[in-house]
Amino acid sequence: MSKKLIECESLSVLYGKRRVLHDITMSVGVGEIVTVIGPNGSGKTTLFKALIGAIQPSSGKLSKASDLKVGYVPQKLHIDETLPMTVKRFMNLPGGHPPEEVTEALTHAGVPDLDKQQVMDLSGGQFQRVLLARALLGSPNLLLLDEATQGLDHRGAADFYRQIGEVRKKLGCGVVMISHELHVVMRQTDRVICLNGHICCQGEPEVVGISPEYRALFGLDKDEAALYLHQNHHDHQCGSNERGLDHV
Amino acid sequence: MFDDFLVRAAFASVGVALAAAPLGCFVIWRRMAYFGDATAHAAVLGIALSLTLSAPLFVSVLGVCFLMAMTVSSLNGKGFAMDTLLGVVSHSSLAVGLVAVSFLSGVRIDLMSYLFGDILAVGRTDLMVIWGGALVVVALVAWRWSGLLLSTLNPDLALASGFNPKREQFILTVSLAIVVAVAIKVVGVLLIAAMLIVPAATARPFSRTPEIMAVVSACLAVVASLTGLRASYVFDTPTGPTIVCVSAFLFVMTNLMTRLIRSVSLRKLLKRDELSL
Repeated sequence: MSKKLIECESLSVLYGKRRVLHDITMSVGVGEIVTVIGPNGSGKTTLFKALIGAIQPSSGKLSKASDLKVGYVPQKLHIDETLPMTVKRFMNLPGGHPPEEVTEALTHAGVPDLDKQQVMDLSGGQFQRVLLARALLGSPNLLLLDEATQGLDHRGAADFYRQIGEVRKKLGCGVVMISHELHVVMRQTDRVICLNGHICCQGEPEVVGISPEYRALFGLDKDEAALYLHQNHHDHQCGSNERGLDHV
Repeated sequence: MFDDFLVRAAFASVGVALAAAPLGCFVIWRRMAYFGDATAHAAVLGIALSLTLSAPLFVSVLGVCFLMAMTVSSLNGKGFAMDTLLGVVSHSSLAVGLVAVSFLSGVRIDLMSYLFGDILAVGRTDLMVIWGGALVVVALVAWRWSGLLLSTLNPDLALASGFNPKREQFILTVSLAIVVAVAIKVVGVLLIAAMLIVPAATARPFSRTPEIMAVVSACLAVVASLTGLRASYVFDTPTGPTIVCVSAFLFVMTNLMTRLIRSVSLRKLLKRDELSL
């Protein structure tokens, strides 16, 4: 059993009287990649906020490793146009990284030579790469990625996940990511957590992908059921026509 | 040196400018302009309190501004929007303060001097309070700089890096209350927000990083203060408003200039393209 970086036990989060998350028991170990999937409003981002400590859980236990160092890539980051910020300055916030390290991180993320640009002028994909490069500075042991491939094209997303895989190998860090694209992250993920207020199911991606809970959650079976119903209806109409003919 | 009232006025305005301008950058970045304005309005209640209890002006204004800011921050998101809360709290405390001042009999109060400042009446003690407060604000902002910037960008990003955005917000609130309390003598309640916002807004087009913007805005604020002081002496105009006028003039001129430079360089670029064609 590898060392646990972060662990929660029957965690619940309330927004006012609304129960957003309940009975969440999960853990992330060293070098493990965990993907959290779930429909809109299933509490994925809330779970992340609880993990980084932005939200106090209303009940349950959350324990972190004493040497936990989090690298966080938010879902969206809007930088106000009144705030001047070069990529280089942004990478050094909070500061103290040697310039070579910053250059290397940017090169590795596929966005070299951007360091003098204003963050505002970057495209969505470039900015997302810069965010990842920043999160990787200072060698974190837990990476939290909240739909980090938003705004990346297919190739960009594939590159991104490949880089995550490399980083895991190199730094040996644990990774938790939120994603919609199970088929894309499948190869890079050790474990999938299916979330809808609570943990519906979890396990290896291949197992979760065919589990009835996962299919029900994303309405995969419903589409088939609807198709089936439609066909039935069609048959029925045909039948009545035949019957009508019989009468005439 | 501090015997001359003009020298004292110059030092007072420079002190306020140095503290207000960098803080004003955060006010702009965090879209807190109305928050600053509201805190300044609440200061009138502090003035009334200090006159009633004959307490030091600085302490009572600081207290009231701080209370107001904390009330608004803690009620925020609990059924009211921020600007609604600010509107209610700031104008109520302004009105209550004005009514309370009217009850004070015996003392003749020059309300104008509180609303628009009375920099030429700054004494040695005032000067000490102003510079003391200004240094505290500059030190606070410099000490928490990274945390303040990061939580301005994104609170979750700050948390992940080990900064508590609520604490940074608290530090900004305290600094804002201090600036309001020390700026009353210089520019008065109604124009404090201008000292915060105008130099920072002027500095924006020249700045590539937040640090440059803070330094440039402080320089601009000092230039505006000294020029304003001089102009008010020459033209015999009220000093606080004159300082703000110079500040606003700088804002307009720099904006016109940057537009002009941009269009000229664009035209040059176009011409070069034509030639190469």
